[in-house]
This record gives sequence, C-alpha cells and structure tokens, in this order.
Amino acid sequence: MKRILFLVPLALFVVLGIYFAVGLTRDPSHMPSALIDKPLPEFDLAAIEGETRGFATSDLDGEVALINFFGSWCISCIIEHPVLMDIAAREGVVIAGIDWKDKPGAGKSWLDQRGNPYVFIGDDPSGRTAIDFGITGAPETFIIDHKGRVRYRYAGPITPQIWQRDLKPLVEKLRKEGDDAP
Amino acid sequence: MAAEIGQLALILAFLTALFQGAAPLLGGQFSTSPLQASIRVATLVQGGLILIAFLCLTYVHAISDFSVVNVVENSHSAKPFAYKLSGVWGNHEGSMLLWALILALYGAALAVSDRASTLKTLTLSVQGMIASAFIAFILFTSNPFARSFPAPADGMDLNPLLQDPGLAIHPPFLYLGYVGFSLTFAYAVAGLITGKVDAAWARAVRPWALAAWVFLTIGIALGSWWAYYELGWGGFWAWDPVENASFMPWLAGTALIHSLRVVEKREALKVWTVLLAILAFSLSLVGTFLVRSGVLTSVHAFAVDPTRGVFILAILAAVTGGSLLLFALRAPLLQSHATFQPVSREGAILLNNVFLVTACATVFIGTFYPLFIDVLTGTRISVGAPYFNASFLPFMALMLVFLAPGAALAWKKGRLKATIGRLWPALAAAGAIGVIAAWLSWPGPIAAALGAGLAIWAGGGAIVDLLIRIKAFSSPPGAAFIRAANLPRAYLGMTIAHLGLAVVIIGVMGAGVWRTEIVRFMAEGDVISIGGFDARLERVIVEAGPNYTAERAVFSVEREGAALRDLTTERRFYPVRGMQTTEAGIWTMARGDLYLTLGEKSEAAGWAVRAFFNPFAVWMWIGAGLMALGGGVAATDAPRRLMRRAPTIDPGAAIAAPQGAST
Repeated sequence: MKRILFLVPLALFVVLGIYFAVGLTRDPSHMPSALIDKPLPEFDLAAIEGETRGFATSDLDGEVALINFFGSWCISCIIEHPVLMDIAAREGVVIAGIDWKDKPGAGKSWLDQRGNPYVFIGDDPSGRTAIDFGITGAPETFIIDHKGRVRYRYAGPITPQIWQRDLKPLVEKLRKEGDDAP
Repeated sequence: MAAEIGQLALILAFLTALFQGAAPLLGGQFSTSPLQASIRVATLVQGGLILIAFLCLTYVHAISDFSVVNVVENSHSAKPFAYKLSGVWGNHEGSMLLWALILALYGAALAVSDRASTLKTLTLSVQGMIASAFIAFILFTSNPFARSFPAPADGMDLNPLLQDPGLAIHPPFLYLGYVGFSLTFAYAVAGLITGKVDAAWARAVRPWALAAWVFLTIGIALGSWWAYYELGWGGFWAWDPVENASFMPWLAGTALIHSLRVVEKREALKVWTVLLAILAFSLSLVGTFLVRSGVLTSVHAFAVDPTRGVFILAILAAVTGGSLLLFALRAPLLQSHATFQPVSREGAILLNNVFLVTACATVFIGTFYPLFIDVLTGTRISVGAPYFNASFLPFMALMLVFLAPGAALAWKKGRLKATIGRLWPALAAAGAIGVIAAWLSWPGPIAAALGAGLAIWAGGGAIVDLLIRIKAFSSPPGAAFIRAANLPRAYLGMTIAHLGLAVVIIGVMGAGVWRTEIVRFMAEGDVISIGGFDARLERVIVEAGPNYTAERAVFSVEREGAALRDLTTERRFYPVRGMQTTEAGIWTMARGDLYLTLGEKSEAAGWAVRAFFNPFAVWMWIGAGLMALGGGVAATDAPRRLMRRAPTIDPGAAIAAPQGAST
C-alpha cells in the first residue's frame, strides 16, 4: 500500500506529459473561430471616456478592416501597439479598437501616451461584445472583409513578421475581392 | 573559422558528456578509483570544450561575423559592443549554449571541490547524462554555428527591449539558478541509487541548493526590475507564463533549502526532500519547455519551433520520468527513525513546505490551465492576474503568519506560546503598523495593510529572535556583538533572508497596491503633481543614439517650491526592427519612486506624460538582495558544529536545552 503512494508523483507526471505532448500539436495563436465567414456580431459600443466617437457594426461600411481587442492592463498590447501604429500609418489599413474590460479613462490615457492607431474605438467595460466575438485574451485581432464578414482571427500580439507573413497578404487579397465585386 | 572550431568543440563535448554519463553503467563499480578519476577528468574536459564553444560564439558576435546565421539574426554592426556580447545569449541558440556552459561549469566546480566519493562520482555521472541531452538538443535542433550563404551586409539587430543592462545580465543569473538545481537533482538521483540520504548527503547538497537559490533569486529580481523600468507601465510582475516559469522552481527550491536543513540536523523528511530536489529541477525544465516550445503565448516567447518542443519534452520525460520511476522504486527504502513533535522547528519547516508547494501548485495550475482546457475541449481561455493574486497570496499570507515563531521554535519539540511570547515586541509593532497603514491608505484595500503588518511580524520577529539570542537586552554591547559574530552562519543567513522577504513584501504592497498614477498632456513649462512632487517639463530634445533615435524629455522636480533635481525620460525608436522602447525617468527614494514616462506628441495638446508614484518600490530590490545575501551567508555555514551531533539524540537533553542553543 505504502509503495503505491510512492508511485503517485510518477503517475501525475505521466498525465502531465500527455497534456504537454498533445499541447505541442496545438498552435496557441492561430485559432479557428466559429465566426469565420459569418457576419460580424451586432454591437453598438459607446465611446471610451475622453473620446466622443464610439464603434458600431455599421461603421465598417464595405471596407476591409482589422478589429483589435486591447486593454490598458494588457502587457502584450504594449508590444503589439507600435506594430498597429505602423500598419495604420504606412499601410492605410482601417483598424478599429475595442477597449476590453478597462477602467473608465484608462484606455484613453493609454492611447494618449502611446498614440492612437484606431479609426473607431468602442468601449466594452463588461466584456459583453468580447463574448459575442468569443475572444479568449487580449490582444486579439479579427480581419473583416468588404461584406462585413469575419475572415480571420489572430490571438496574441501581431509582430512585424506575422503581419508580413499572414495578415498583410490576406488584407490585400480581401481588398482585391472588394474591388472586383460589382 | 571560429564557428567551425566552436562546432567541433561542441561535438567533442557531446561525446565526452556521453562517456561521463555512461561510464558508471559500463564499469559498474562506483567506488573504484580509476572510474572516479576518469569521470572527474571527463567532467573537466567537457567543461573546457563547452567553454571553447561558447567563446567561439562570443567571438563571432564580437566581431559581427555576418556569415553566421545567429549573428545575422540577432546583431547589427551599429549595436553597442556590450550588447554584441550580451546578444550571444539574447537568442534561443546562444541561450541554450549558455545553459550547457553553466551546466558544465557546475559539474567542473563539483569535480574539483571536495574529495572523491561514490556519491560525488554518481552525481557527476548524472550531470553528464543531463549535459549530453542538452548538447544533443543544441547540435540537432538549435545550432548556433550555422553559416549563412551568402553573408548579408548587415544584421537584423537585437530586439531593442533586450538592449539593456538589466536584461543583459538577467539570463546568466537565471540560468545559474535553473541549472544549479540540476546538481541538487543529480545528488537526489545519486542518493536514491546508493540508498543513503543522510546528514552527510544533506551537507553535500545544501551549499549547491543555496547557491542555485541565490542565483535564481537575483535572476528573478533582475527580470522584475527590468520590466519595471523598461516596459514603462510602472508594474513589476505580471504573472506571465515565462515569469511563472522562473518563479515555480524558486518556490520549490525555497522549500528544498528549508527541508534540507531538517535532513541535515535530524535525518527526517528524507523522502520529501529528495522529491523536492527532483521537483525543483523538473520545474526548471518545464520552464524551458514552456518558453521554447510555444505551447503557451507569452510576451517573452523565443522563436518557436515544434521540433524543439518535442526534443525538450523528450528530455523532460527522460529526466523527470526516469527520476520519478527511480523514486517510486527506491524511496520506500529510505528509512527515517527521527521523530518530532508537530510543534517544533521540523514541524514548522514542514508547514512552510506545505505552504510553498501548495502556492507553487496554484501557480502551476494557473499557468497551464489554458493548455489543459485547450487539450480537453479545444477552446482557449486565459488566466489573468486576478486568479494568481486570489489563489497565491493567501498561502503567502498564511506562511508569513507562521514564519517568525516557526523559525524561533526549538528543534524536535518546541513551545509555541512561549515562543510567541518572546517575540511580543514584533507582534506589537506589526499590529501598530498594520493599523496605521490601514488608516493612512483608507479607503484603499485593507489587505495591503494586512500584508504590511504580516511583513513587520515576520521581519520584526526575525530581529527580536536575533536580539534575544545574542542577549542584546541583558549584556553589554561588546559581549552581544561577539555573540552575534559567533552565531552559526546558517542562523545568520536565515535571519537576513527572512528580513529580506519582509522588506520585499513591503515593497510589493507599496508599488503594487498603494501606487498612484496620472496621465496628461504637457507642453513645455507645464507641471504635473504626484506623490507630493511637482515635475515641470523643461524641454524635449531629439537625440541620435548608436542604433536608435530618441526623444528625451527633461523634467525639473520640485517640492513645495524648492527645486530638487532634474529627471530625464526617453522614448527610443530602433529603425532596424521598427520598434520603440521607453526609458522611464525614475527617481528612487526610500519612501518611493517618482516614475515618469514620455508618450506620443499631439500637435494640439503637447506630450502625453505618464507619472507614477510607487511607494517603497526600491524595497523590493533591496529585499531581494538581502534574501540573496542571506542565502549566501547560509551557504558558507561550516559543518563543524554538526559533526559532533550524533544522529540519535537523547530526547531529554533536547527538551532541556535552552531554546536557541542550536539552529
């Protein structure tokens, strides 16, 4: 009986090892989303404190856009932020931001401090819209096509490499689709 | 040429490590001197070869040899020379080579220290097995010496966040900590094989465990300090997976250095201590797996490659799985005859271990919960700081409640009421400070005031116990001082480290809970007021650094109209990587840090400036330094006092001995 007790650490480790092994087969940043190819969830978010303009589903009228969930409390967002600034300035991509579960005023001061890459910013203090999007953490970014459908989802900070490799080609393709459409 | 020499040295080191690990299996007789000598020599040769490989990599980085892929990807001709050197380990391949180098250096240090014994030979051999696994990992998945054809004209530069003195020296300390636990692990495995885990075993292991713990403490503190001043958000700890990866071995290691003391003094808790030694190193490996495999997203993530993840998982399975199998087979044979009462130093250390290991488990679960859920359901969730604060901090609070009396209890059988009674000045001070803190910070969270009170109780208790021990209240200062100098190093070290922990906690409460923050736009000449100070934005100038351009804001800080000093803060832009970094302007004072960062400029409103006042922030680093110092002092404890003590003691004598006669 006592000997079985000594097997417990090994047994626990084996279970853990299986989890690690399966976990290796999952890419934590590329996630399928139930929303892919579906229309954007309906929302009409108020402006964050200190701004006047909010963000609603209807704002993205026929334009290819990025919707980026961020928060002033989110450290990875600090890493991602200069990349978004760059994309907005250099590539002219419309980026909309949703300030997720932030304290009043915190999002505004964060953007004042670092610069604002967003054309629209919606405030989602309760996380209600985040649930509609099914997001799991910040930052998380969705690519919307000209018909207002969700086409791609990326979890985690966008780095220059990821932008160049995955996101930018898709944005260009979607823009072309939009131009070709009657 | 240097790259080829390094490559060759690495291959030879691999073969040597294989021999070092396999020799006892071939020879069978651990006690024969030819085998002992050959393993000892192999350890030293392996260390020398890895050192050559490491120096070769350093050389190609130093001269910016862009025909080596590793240099191209992580360096730039304009990068300052110091960061060309730190760039050697500022990337995956180089950092793994540093890992292997430190592993080899620990092995070499053990090989030249102490006299030869079966235990030491076995331990070196286990080190050799670990080394061969890691060198193979470098050779097959992460070769730092790969050439690039054709050689580009210039490199891609090092991530600017890593171009910083704090982060340049952070990884070596962290690895000295992580890898140091490989030695205690090797000792645990050797102890299981020989079946002898006794006071002599604990005496051999303890200095290494303490050394690893000291380095890990410094490494974590440096990382936290770096995050504090470089990331520009005023925080110091974010419960990020990679931070947790260094914190979990630290918690297990902390439990280990305590329980080792019980084995050394009383030959009790043997099985538990061996398990902790396995756990501490396994958690170091899990940390490596976490960072290099990309199973979890983190701001720290290195270049991620699934092959590497599989390889490290295989190493983890072999090291941890193998040692736990050995544990299951051999640990039941470790007999412990020593008995102790629940209320005793041993009991207190066991309680401390329970708190530490439980706290470690909560951090582990929080870190890996997203992975578990992903594997089970395919959905992903994230666990944030609120979980960690809510689950981890209560255990730490409970630990602090028991820390001072626990450390002051006698071995074998103590008296709790009498011990607490002796420490009454600390208890009174803790109560008073807790109440004052609650009153001053009201309506702030009462938990922070409680934390401050507990810190005073723990730290004050350590001081009061020391003063009682040296009879500071009843004898002339000279005599008390001599007594203090003659105290066992282990006791002195413990007292310093416990005091350091209390100081850290006050810093954490101050900078974590009581901090204030203001953000506003400022034109030149505007004043921002925080923490009783007025900071006037004097001017913003644009400067060119070696591989960046910077906007530098100069503030003059005043208090009640009196000019005190200037404070500068920078925002740097690194064109090669297209990244920005903030260099916060920090004025460190004992009562708190005045912390200013510069943000974007708005044409209409001026510069966005973020100002913090972080009470007691510097106490965190001072406290961490004290903890490391305490560990270092304890590591030098001479075993002579213990030699005299037989493993079995007459129970009557122990009870009759005055409290504080031993540590």
